[in-house]
Amino acid sequence: MRRLTIPISDQAARSLKVGDAVALSGVMMTARDAAHKWMTDTFIKKIRPPQGDDLGVYAAIRSLLDGGVIYHCGPVVDGLDTKEYRFVAAGPTTSIREEPYQGDIMRHFNVRGVIGKGGMGAKTLAACREVPGVYFHAIGGAASLIAQTVERVLSVYKLDFGVPEAMWVIEVQDFPAVVTMDAFGHSQHEAIERESREALEKLLARG
Amino acid sequence: MQDLTEHIFELIRRTSTDLPADVEGSLREAADREQSGSAARGALETILKNVELSRRNSTPICQDTGTPIFYVHFPEGWSTRQLRRQIEAAVAKATKSSYLRPNSVNALTDENTGNNLGDEHFPSIHFTEVDGDALTIDLMLKGGGCENVGTQYSLPNNQLGAGRDLHGVRKVVLDAVHKAQGQGCAPGILGVAIGGDRGSSYYASKEVLCRKLGQGNANPELAALEKRLTEEANQLGIGPMGFGGKTTVLDTKITGLHRLPASYFVSVSYMCWAYRRRRMTVRSGEISYG
Repeated sequence: MRRLTIPISDQAARSLKVGDAVALSGVMMTARDAAHKWMTDTFIKKIRPPQGDDLGVYAAIRSLLDGGVIYHCGPVVDGLDTKEYRFVAAGPTTSIREEPYQGDIMRHFNVRGVIGKGGMGAKTLAACREVPGVYFHAIGGAASLIAQTVERVLSVYKLDFGVPEAMWVIEVQDFPAVVTMDAFGHSQHEAIERESREALEKLLARG
Repeated sequence: MQDLTEHIFELIRRTSTDLPADVEGSLREAADREQSGSAARGALETILKNVELSRRNSTPICQDTGTPIFYVHFPEGWSTRQLRRQIEAAVAKATKSSYLRPNSVNALTDENTGNNLGDEHFPSIHFTEVDGDALTIDLMLKGGGCENVGTQYSLPNNQLGAGRDLHGVRKVVLDAVHKAQGQGCAPGILGVAIGGDRGSSYYASKEVLCRKLGQGNANPELAALEKRLTEEANQLGIGPMGFGGKTTVLDTKITGLHRLPASYFVSVSYMCWAYRRRRMTVRSGEISYG
């Protein structure tokens, strides 16, 4: 198990390889479908003018994401009434839904790490090479366990997206994950997909 | 009529935080099969640790508490209108108590209602009147990751060489498992319905997941196919979380429905390893949970 702190340096990102188990510590931000679409439409493609608190949130997350980490997660959060937020359950969500956005977001904000489950595709893998960055796979469904690594909720943006879709800024200690896509173009997901397809073809031929 | 709201709330708490023994046992067996030190074994050990922690701390096993799906079997004399209200009140309370994540989103406005209530399909409640004196409520929490990899085939499927028989069913189900990769939180459990129309077929593929793991099919032909599909799915080598490994699927459950002469649907509901389902029984005013 290798310990890694956020922000992740250029050098640290390049030192990670597919298969490495890591424990992440530092500040990261959750973002999923609504947040990825909002970032892309408002600040990257600029097909939607900023409105409300958009510009303020953008300024805040820009510094946070520089060398930082995005976590694909829609948590269960306690303390919504008192705003004394606490993560109760916080496993990863399926990452592939963010494939249309992720690469551009990594380049725009200089994001060095993306945590989720199920892996991502060619566009994200290309961005991992360029930025450089890596994809960390967390254990899907291990929500109580992962929530225990969340020491504090520092802030939340766009809570009007709903609790799962809001951007939660959290401080974690020893968040467990495995590198499954690295900065050298290697993807474990690509390899497993290919091998399992060959196995499937053999089974189908068996009749 | 007895007010069951508090008991349904307890059913939700148990379902969200305490994985059934048959599922946990099956995950333990899977962990033992994987090579020690492998990513697959590591994933399963983490999963098992999480299951124990969630039970001990009474916190959700998975943050995606999914669509709450209730199957209510009631004897004569109960009001389904009142039962629906009680279920809705229990769901809202369980959301406030952090046993459920607010998951009900208006598809047209993207607005999250915040309490897991929505239209008449959210939560999903199915009522059936039955003989006897016991009322049972089965609750299943099925998350979005595994729901998204569910699929439906219309046979024949030329691309897969799948005809309108059980050989064809086998082929499309294996294809569905391959397409799912690790996305549905493998190792999964397959619910398969053969026949029906598109709607009833999907519905039955989910309902069949109420059967316990290891409980064989009464139909010997389907029992053999269930066993074969589980074995062959595991030969794909996708493994826990898609990390590679010996266990991709824990079990397969198949049911057959009547169909139109022109239609032959095969529906696959993929259930993640966090297979949360519990039953509550009300008999002579006494409540028990299973």
